Amino acid sequence: MANLRCTGLVKSFDGVRALSDLDLNLSSGRITSIIGPNGAGKTTLINILTGFLEPDAGKCFLEQQEISGLSAPRIAQLGIGRTFQELRMIWRGSVLENVILARPHQRGETLFWALTRLGVRQEEDKNYQEAIRILRFVGLEGKANDLADELSYGQQKLLSLACCLSMEANILLLDEPVAGIHPDMATRILDLLKVLRDQGKLIVFIEHDISAVRAASDHVIVMDHGQVIAQGVPREVLDRSEIIEAYLG
Amino acid sequence: MEYILHILVLVAIYTVLSVSLDLLAGHTGLLSLSHAALFGLGAYSSALLTTRFGTSVFVGFLVAMVVAVLISFCISLPSLRLQDDYFVIATFGFQMILFSIFNNWIAVTHGPMGITNIPQPSIFGWTISSRVGLLVVALLLAIFAYVVVILITSSPFGRVLRAIREDEIFARALGKRTYRFKVTVFAVSATLSAWAGCLYAHYVTYIDPASFTVMESILVVSMVIVGGAGSRWGPFIGASVLVLLPETLRIVGLPSTFAANFRQVIYGTLLVVMMMFRPRGIVGKYDFGQ
Repeated sequence: MANLRCTGLVKSFDGVRALSDLDLNLSSGRITSIIGPNGAGKTTLINILTGFLEPDAGKCFLEQQEISGLSAPRIAQLGIGRTFQELRMIWRGSVLENVILARPHQRGETLFWALTRLGVRQEEDKNYQEAIRILRFVGLEGKANDLADELSYGQQKLLSLACCLSMEANILLLDEPVAGIHPDMATRILDLLKVLRDQGKLIVFIEHDISAVRAASDHVIVMDHGQVIAQGVPREVLDRSEIIEAYLG
Repeated sequence: MEYILHILVLVAIYTVLSVSLDLLAGHTGLLSLSHAALFGLGAYSSALLTTRFGTSVFVGFLVAMVVAVLISFCISLPSLRLQDDYFVIATFGFQMILFSIFNNWIAVTHGPMGITNIPQPSIFGWTISSRVGLLVVALLLAIFAYVVVILITSSPFGRVLRAIREDEIFARALGKRTYRFKVTVFAVSATLSAWAGCLYAHYVTYIDPASFTVMESILVVSMVIVGGAGSRWGPFIGASVLVLLPETLRIVGLPSTFAANFRQVIYGTLLVVMMMFRPRGIVGKYDFGQ
């Protein structure tokens, strides 16, 4: 059971508070969605949890280990994977290359082994098999040799998810995983998230699409002005009149 | 014939230099303007050891490698924390610093007078003095540089370099310590450049700082761009074109004083034309800088 928590997180940009004394406690085995208006601090929170930003104050913990202040690669190596609102990948690389890149602890990523090639071929074969298995799981097996920038937007979102799985992340922090894609593809991604939840992963996603939040979340956190203003099961939180009025229209 | 062999040796030496820069600029996306200085570092290290201490050329190559790696750390450790254009400016700064050392540390480098009587390469006591022999050595070094770069770029290490070139934040999010990769690849690139410098020094047997100016760095960058950054044969083609093209001035009979200056005009014009009409270079797959 993975547990990710933050206490007293504060982050400002040029005097504007993005996070204000934020406390959070996330556990595996459920899908948590974070909603809120633009500027609520949702992406800033993910950036801090993944080491891309340092908080001005407060701490984050993975289990008992403090992770605030650790570098982004170190946090990723601890099993926290993320996707980006503006998708990031090797655009001119194949789908397979992106997924294999994400495999952790690769011997061939050390210069000595890269030059001598000792044991690298076997490792590459293993990583290839694992990448194919992951692509099959997300439904991109048939696109393995396509370039990433030739995929549809929805498929690129699937590829981002596949990369997180390939790095063996137990915690997935997904920034708008279904925004702007075809409803069928959105349903497919949300179904995958449910499968991953059932496998024991801790899943958090930021989303503006309330129907997606209702469909997939076990827990909803509403943020505004850098603070958590409401949280609970979706049917309770999303039906509150003040939430509907303020954020959902 | 001697003249043609001389040109071919130069093509081979500049191929090593452009292959080393392409590893950084083409495969990793780090444009460096300090490669002439690293080239000079290798040349001076080996020239000083062999002329002052009488060591073998082989020892000169080994020491040049150690010096190049150490100096590459001095350049890369602070510079690689910078992004894109700032990194280029930082490497330009180091180029100027190293050139100033070559030019002004007269007690060691003899400043503008340079170092003379540098011995020609020798293997097991056999001195290679013929042009054909020197060409073979230069070709072997060029092939070695190519093998190193191909091994690196076709490995998981090279895959991370490509990820850094395409999107470093993505690579970091996947747990890749990109800073380490960049420092390592800079050291490899510096070593290959320094070896090219060693061979150059022992080939021409005389070096002075004029061979290691920022113009030389720009020349190497031009070779990478003209040939095609990040492509297998681009550095060789770029080096061949930019070494051979100015030689045509000699063939058409221009006075050497004019031809020397006109060389720069050719390089500049070629760069502008390539950027306008073929930014991916002659055989490159991707536009330079994208």
